[in-house]
Amino acid sequence: MPNKTFFWFFLPTGLAMILFIGLPIISTGIQSFYAQHDQVVKEVKKCDPFGCTVSIVVDQEATSILRDEKPLGKFNGFGTYIDRNHLAIEQISDFWKETDSFGEFINQVTNLPFYKALLFTLTYCLFVTPNVLLLGFIIALSLNAISRKIRGPLIFGTILPMIVTPLVGSLVLFWMIDAEGIIGANLQLMMEDPYLSLKSSRTLTWITIIIYGIWHHSPFAFVVFYAALQTVPQEPVEAAIIDGASRYQRIRHIVLPHIYPVVTFVALISLMDNFRVFEPIIGFSAEGSAQSLSWLIYDNLVNEEVILFGSAAATSMMTIIGIAILLAPVLIRTWKEFRTAR
Amino acid sequence: MEYGLDKRSNALKTFNTTFIIIWLLIACFPFIWTFWGSFKVRADFFSRADWWYAISAFNTLLETGGQFTSKAYSEAWTEGEFWKASRNTIIVTVFVVSISLFLGTLGAYALSRSTERYAFWILIAALIFRAMPHITLVSGYLFPFFELQIWGILPTTIVVLVAINQPFTLWLLYSFFKTVPKELDESALIDGCSYFQAFRYIIMPVMWPGVITAGLFSLMLAYNDFTVTALLLNQENHTMVPKIQSYLGTNQHEGNLMWAVSAVVSATAPLFMLVMFFQRQVISGLTTGAIKG
Repeated sequence: MPNKTFFWFFLPTGLAMILFIGLPIISTGIQSFYAQHDQVVKEVKKCDPFGCTVSIVVDQEATSILRDEKPLGKFNGFGTYIDRNHLAIEQISDFWKETDSFGEFINQVTNLPFYKALLFTLTYCLFVTPNVLLLGFIIALSLNAISRKIRGPLIFGTILPMIVTPLVGSLVLFWMIDAEGIIGANLQLMMEDPYLSLKSSRTLTWITIIIYGIWHHSPFAFVVFYAALQTVPQEPVEAAIIDGASRYQRIRHIVLPHIYPVVTFVALISLMDNFRVFEPIIGFSAEGSAQSLSWLIYDNLVNEEVILFGSAAATSMMTIIGIAILLAPVLIRTWKEFRTAR
Repeated sequence: MEYGLDKRSNALKTFNTTFIIIWLLIACFPFIWTFWGSFKVRADFFSRADWWYAISAFNTLLETGGQFTSKAYSEAWTEGEFWKASRNTIIVTVFVVSISLFLGTLGAYALSRSTERYAFWILIAALIFRAMPHITLVSGYLFPFFELQIWGILPTTIVVLVAINQPFTLWLLYSFFKTVPKELDESALIDGCSYFQAFRYIIMPVMWPGVITAGLFSLMLAYNDFTVTALLLNQENHTMVPKIQSYLGTNQHEGNLMWAVSAVVSATAPLFMLVMFFQRQVISGLTTGAIKG
């Protein structure tokens, strides 16, 4: 296809992506260097028969003029990145000096908002992704062995958790697991602990959200693995059976190598999706004990008084860097393949 | 995969069936339970006294005189203005699906027929864009949109969702167009068609299977989106998912939590119907990228 034709065909979609994905990333980058204005204060002298007092009040007029003049806020350089709510360089060095043991230091650091969120996000990715792969693969193997006639409805049932939006999915689970729901109430009865509830401990909340993540993402892994299983050639499998390979050996040495590229694909996609975990935290109302990077950004953006654009943008930039690190191995591999292909 | 040689022992068969049944219970029961509970009053579905009330409908009988009540639905749809939210969802979904398919088919067709190096890089860029968390993009939008005074209205959200949706649509349709033989449109070009005519008269009639799949995914994205719609729309224009969230936040009203339950059921039911009809397309869409990719 000639370049000119390509240009006209691609222009609309390219424009949409540049304007609404490319530019926002740049806009986020710029915003992250600015912080919202401080309120302008003025001294007011108030005199009464007993003498004069000087008090400091907020000059509303001057503040709003300043905000209108420079809506982006004041230039802050990398200030937002290193403040207490983000990388917290100062606090960390203080902790390093003050704390006696390494464990205590880690404990202090993971109490800072950004590191707390990072810790949760990484824990979530680390537990959900492998379990999604495993569960998805087992379901695919297992459904593949079921009679073809009834597979259709079974597949429909299996993919339900995936097609609902995460907020709805987590709400539906939350209403069952909560202390007043069917599972929560029965757990209380079983454990004989009337105060046992999702919100009572941080660990329980994390476990619940992770279980939700596995429940929500496994169907995706299942669908892809199931389709891949249909393409496994029969001859090697039959040869292996004749040679006396056990069921496990057949899966380990024939099926898995065949679907290996698909496994990396699913792992990559689900890693990317898990890294932006956000809606379940709202669905489970778990803000108190579990915060993710995306949730921090959301929280800044729905701030009651002033929207903290700078703070949200700084967290966004660091999230993007995180994504880039996750994607880097894949991109490097693709680049190498592309080079050798030429 | 029925192997002639592969003999499964009965124990294995039983184990397999049990596993599938347990998994299906885990996957489907929450939805069935929510559906069931949406016809109860709050004191039953979220019972402090005894969870069995949700089944025996103790309080529902006391309050309404029947085993089931559709009070939550009627209140959420009228008083809770869920009708408005669903109308907004329909508007957003219809526009997002049609615009993103229009842009996507043109772009993906060009990508699939180009042999230049930049086509490869565009696809890689699309992959990177696909990985961007939506919330980071939203934090980029908010400030300019406030300044331009286009925040809060439906058209802005539609355009944003179309753009966010493009990378995935492009990849999906790209791998679909790759399966359409090149010779088909090349022969039309030799006969004197322009590229656009070839696209219009040769490709368009055969592209519908791929377009339906891509359309389904655009629809699911637009219908399910929370991040963009919650932050870019004002109260008045909220779509269904942010509306559900707003029912949760205002808990002082007794009926509100049940509104959320009935709204969840109302929002989920059409989606399930759709997927039931188009199950094959959804699955083929999820796998094209993986198998051929």
